[in-house]
Parts: sequence; structure tokens; C-alpha cells
Amino acid sequence: MIEFINFYLLPGLVLGCMYALGAIGVSLLFGILRFAHFAHGDLVTLGAYFALFFVTALGFPVLLALPMAMILAAGVSIGIDRAFYKPFRKSPTIYLVIASFGVALMIRSLVQLAWGVKVESYATGFTKPLILFDMFRISDKHMWIIGLTIVIVVALHYFLSRSKLGKAMRAMADEPDLAQVSGIQTEKVVRATWIIGGGLAATAGVFLGMDTQLHTNMGWDLLLPVFAAAILGGIGSPYGAIAGGLVIGMAEELSSYPWIGDAPLLSPGYKTGVAFALMVALLIWRPSGLFRGRVFS
Amino acid sequence: MSADLALGLFLYLVSLLTMAGIYGVIAIGLNIQWGFTGLFNAGIAGFFAIGAYVSAILTTALTPSHLGGLDAPFVIGLLAAAAVAGVVGYLVGRLCIRLRSDYLAIATIGVAEIFRLILKNEIWATNGPRGISNIPRPFEVWSQPWSQLAFLGVVVLVVIVAYWLAERAGNSPWGRVMRSIRDNESAAAAIGKNVTGFRLQGFVIGSALMGLGGALAAHFFKFIGPEATEPLMTTFLVWVMLIIGGSGNNRGALLGALAVWTLWSATELLTSQLPPEWAVRATFLRIFLIGLGLQIVLQRFSKGILPEKPPKSTADDPARPIGAIQQKAPPAE
Repeated sequence: MIEFINFYLLPGLVLGCMYALGAIGVSLLFGILRFAHFAHGDLVTLGAYFALFFVTALGFPVLLALPMAMILAAGVSIGIDRAFYKPFRKSPTIYLVIASFGVALMIRSLVQLAWGVKVESYATGFTKPLILFDMFRISDKHMWIIGLTIVIVVALHYFLSRSKLGKAMRAMADEPDLAQVSGIQTEKVVRATWIIGGGLAATAGVFLGMDTQLHTNMGWDLLLPVFAAAILGGIGSPYGAIAGGLVIGMAEELSSYPWIGDAPLLSPGYKTGVAFALMVALLIWRPSGLFRGRVFS
Repeated sequence: MSADLALGLFLYLVSLLTMAGIYGVIAIGLNIQWGFTGLFNAGIAGFFAIGAYVSAILTTALTPSHLGGLDAPFVIGLLAAAAVAGVVGYLVGRLCIRLRSDYLAIATIGVAEIFRLILKNEIWATNGPRGISNIPRPFEVWSQPWSQLAFLGVVVLVVIVAYWLAERAGNSPWGRVMRSIRDNESAAAAIGKNVTGFRLQGFVIGSALMGLGGALAAHFFKFIGPEATEPLMTTFLVWVMLIIGGSGNNRGALLGALAVWTLWSATELLTSQLPPEWAVRATFLRIFLIGLGLQIVLQRFSKGILPEKPPKSTADDPARPIGAIQQKAPPAE
């Protein structure tokens, strides 16, 4: 039981936090701009490498580099939107999807150009995990990841439910035509969405880099589970995305737990496949997500 | 110019055309799915991989490292690759075909990634990450440049057959139904067309062609590994080819494949001349510029070099002026 918590449940929770942070952005963007943002994974990568710059070049501690990376990634997101997505606001979605594919490629090649392709990490050395009550083992980086995710989610909740801009955002994600008729400034909401999406993507990237290592494909590998989480939670619903992220993260880690007999239920090589399979299954049988969100047609 | 250099250049040109031809087959497959039918398949790499592995396993000699040992002839490999990719396309299509464009894109990417995981993990069948080598290439016993030229001939033949079939299909009543479904699904359904059935047909044919392209590539390289099916490289490059060439137009698909592959390959030749520490970086710059080029084409010339020419409507026929409605195609969704 203790082993289950230490080696399956906690890692699943940590992974779920990263998925949730990415999925909030994907879900809001899908709800407001009406397209699947395929460059979101590479925004994650970009954020992680921005933080790496502050850590290696300026000697910042990772947790101080995080807000810097968030600001930079948010700025870059707005720039990308202006240059590559805004011209297609009135076009069929497909142009946006293809454009976002192109942006994904461009971001990644720029990261590779600037930082090279070898694996990087924020810190060297091994930190001893914290042992609670002689049985629960949790490393301090995992505590930070889970703790900061909770802080961010609570802050986001207050923003979305109390501030005028946050309410406008939810209204647009929910019912765009009605929102526009009621006088919401579309472009302002779009900009705010990119700031949140880009900032949270960078956070997910920094956390992933803290947890494991940085490589230029890290964001792309995160993208499909993030989509899965957003769909699971119902497109356009940030709260659903958080739940979806946690479920997908847990499902991936728990799939290799020896539920039946002694062997892992699923070979660990297929861990990431769990998210893909869940996502495809959801799209086919329940595209509205677990919480009966909206489906765009 | 020495004879060696001339031969080298000639061989380079032949291999360039061979690859462009292979991409051309895949681009025609995508054109049938996207250009004709409006299906956003973002899992091209998956079908490519299936074709490549099927043909590789069927045609290689017996080895302990992976499934196979049938030593089947090349043609059998190609046909089986197309058939298996088509059947898998049917199964995937049965499940996913009803999804809206970007949902379909997400689902097909997911399916392609699952294929890639299987190829990586089922080592007994695929030799895992090390891939399958020693795939026979037809005519490889001939001396250069004849062996390369003969293989180019095979590829050109496949391209011609694929092009001819796609052209015939596109201009036939079947092609008109496809376009009508793409442009206005409910109208097509209202006149009694089985929308799901037709879309499924388009998906299967396109998938089979992608598998065929994968098989050709495996025989050309004599090697296939899971890395060759990197989604961004295979899937994305083919999309760029079709968009730049002109989706909905088979000639556009072929032209796009030739143009983009030439650009891709020629810039690689240029950057490989740079000193090593620059050559690696220049590769990324190259990818960046391709991405930027795509954005410019998308924003300025969204119809591509050779825009779609729908088959003549019967309304243009002076003999049948009554009751025919000239339809202006709205932009595809």
C-alpha cells in the first residue's frame, strides 16, 4: 500500500499537475478561438528553456526563473497570435490548425537553434526525498510542483470567477455569440487567454524540467496527454481540464501497477499510450467529456 | 568536371527524384483524403510506418531479430503494404470518421502515436528501436547508376498509376460526390448520399496510398526504424507539400512534393558544406524557414500553386441548361 502511494500515486499526481497546467490553456484556447492549438506542446518546451536561460546564464534559482519564463512565454504567445493566428480569425478552423502545426515546428527549431539538442537539466546532484512518518517518501521538488500547482489553480479560480475579464473569458468560452452581443471586447479576451495559456504552458515546462530533464521534444510528448485531459474535462472548461489532467496523469502511472498478479498490468513502455488510447476512446464515445461539456460541430 | 563528380551529381538527382516521387504518392493519398473528401488526417506517419514495416517484414530474409523470413518478392510486399494500410485505415475510419476536422486530427495523431509505441515496444516483431535493416531493393544487383535508375522507374510507374487513378476518380461521379460532401455535407446527405460511407472510402484509399509510399521508402533506404516515422517530419512535410502545391488538385500534390522535397534536399546539401558546428544549427534554421514559408503560403496564397479545378459542372453544358445549378464552392472546412 505504502509502495503504491510512493511509487505510483504520487508520481501520477505530479504528472497530472503538469498535464492540468497545459490542459487549462488548451481548453480555454479551444473554447475561445475554436481550434486545437497544436503548438501548445512546443510552448511548454519554450517555457522550460527560457527558465534554463535564467538558471544557467544568470544564476537564478529555478523557482525564481519560473515567473520570468512565464512572462516571456506569455509575451511570445501574444506575438505568435498576432503574426500567425489573427489573420485566420474568420477563416475555416483548418487554417488555424495547419498554421499551429507550422508554429510548433518553428518554435521547436528555434529552441534547437538556440540551445542545441542535448539533454539539459536545471540542477545537478541528487536530493534526498523527504520521509514522512517513516513511510511516505516525497522529494521536495515534487512538493513544490504540487504546492505551486494548487496555488496557481486557486489564483486562476479567483481570476475566472471574480474579475470582470475572467468572467468575460468564461462567457466567451461558453457561448461566443451571446458574449459578443453583450459587448465583450473579443480581442482583449483573446489576449488574456494567450497570457494565461502561455504562462501556464511555461509553468508546465519548468515543472517537467524540474521533475525530469529538458529536451527539445519534451513539449511534443506532453501535447497528446494534454489534449486528452482537455477533452476529458470538456472543451472550454478550465476546471474540467484540471480534473482531466489529474485523471490522465494518474491513469498513465497506475497502468503499470501490478493490479492483477505480480506483473505490471501494462508494460511501462506503453505508459504514454494509455493517454492516447483514452483520448481516442473519449473522442469517439463521449466527445463532450466526462462532465458533459460542449462539442463543436 | 571529373567523371566521378558527374556520376555523383547524377545519382543525387536520381535519388532526389525518387524521394520526390515517393512523397508524391503519399501527397496524392492525402489529397484524396483532404483535398477531395475534407478529412484532416494528421496520422500520415502511422500509415506510412505500417506500409513500410509490412513490406519490410514480408520481403526480408529469415533473421532472429524480427518477424519475417518469407523472402517474398518486392511486388507482393508493395501490394500487401497498401492492403494492410487500407484495412487499418478502414478500422480507424470506422471509429473516427464522424469527428469534426480538428477532433479527427487529434484522434489520428493519437492512433499514429500508438502505432509508433507498438513498433518500438514489440521487439520480437519489429526489432524495436533498432529497426529493420537489409530490406532488399529491387535491381540492387545491377551496377550504378542503372540500379538507382531502375528503382526510380518503379517509383515513377507507381506515381503514374496513383495519379491516373486519382484523376479518374476525382472527375468521376464518385469524385463529385466527394467534393459535394466536403463542401456541404448536409446537402449531400439530403440528396440521399451515404456521407459516412463515402468519407470512409476516401479515407481507406488515401491510407492505402500512404502505406504504399511507406513501403517504397523502406525499400529505397533498405532500412526502416521507428524514428523514420517521426510525426512532425513525415506528417508535416506531406501536409506542407499538399498545401503549397494546391489541395484538391492531384497535379498540385505532385508539384508540391517535387518543389518542397527539392528545396528540403538542396538546402540540406548546402548546409552540409558548412563547418560541422554550423551544419547542425543550419539544419534547424532550415526547418524554421520551411515553417515560415508555410505560414506565408497559408496567409497569402491559401489555394497553393495549382489551385483546385473542380470538374466541369453540367450547367456549363449548353445542351443541358435547365435545372442545373452552378455551385461556387465555399472554402473547405
